[in-house]
Amino acid sequence: MPFWIELIVSLFLLVGGVFVLLGSVGLARLPDFYTRLHAPTKATTLGVGCLLIGSMVLSTWSSGSLSIYEVLITIFLLITAPVSAHMLAKSGLHHRLEHAKQTGHPELIEEPLHKE
Amino acid sequence: MRKLLLPTPGHSLLLFVVWLLLNKSVSPGHILLGALLAILIPLLTNRLRNPHPGIRRPVKALLYLFRVLGDILVANLQVARLIIRPHMALRPSFVEVPLDISGDLPITVLASTITLTPGTVSADVSDDRSRLLLHVLHLEDEEELISTIKTRYEKPLKEIFAC
Repeated sequence: MPFWIELIVSLFLLVGGVFVLLGSVGLARLPDFYTRLHAPTKATTLGVGCLLIGSMVLSTWSSGSLSIYEVLITIFLLITAPVSAHMLAKSGLHHRLEHAKQTGHPELIEEPLHKE
Repeated sequence: MRKLLLPTPGHSLLLFVVWLLLNKSVSPGHILLGALLAILIPLLTNRLRNPHPGIRRPVKALLYLFRVLGDILVANLQVARLIIRPHMALRPSFVEVPLDISGDLPITVLASTITLTPGTVSADVSDDRSRLLLHVLHLEDEEELISTIKTRYEKPLKEIFAC
């Protein structure tokens, strides 16, 4: 494998790894349930996206034909990530989980969006 | 008969092609299995489907996709910066966005876009589908955020789905 392919692949792996790490750091550091939702839904999409691009470059090189799996995985990821985040947020609201003190507009979740 | 066996031909074709791509093979066995799945899965899931407006402007939809991909990139950098900053400076907030679009599919696409882009997660939608509740990781200007969502995402979606 030529050096420049190794370079590209390792660059994508590094950047992807950094974003996945940041997502986990956010999960641990952010103050409440709702803010923690942001870290994995965002930082991880780009993180995993970079890892997949790295994998795509590598397998395209080694198999000699364009590797399409990674594109499919990315599409599935982009479709499912917001759905799971939405379900988590919705059930968090339903269970009236505590939010950080500095959260703005707390009255918005006091007034129910659904009539019982 | 055709309607009974293939209630959603486009959906079946998509399943078939994805199956072959995932297996990276066009051997008779995979074609048979793929065809079987492409017929069975829509039959099983068809009753879960709601009628929804189709895409009226495919070119606009494609442009919208690229715009969202670009915004995801920016969103990731912004959120990454917020995560490593001291948390005292963080101002999370709930925000309510009034909706102009209607229909479950367009609202779902809008809500998913909002979740994937800068520091916002859509949390709930009101019963009458007129308001969307968001959680914002770091709110700087509420008016600006709402108008960005409405002009950058809602307006093109309204044109794409013609709703």
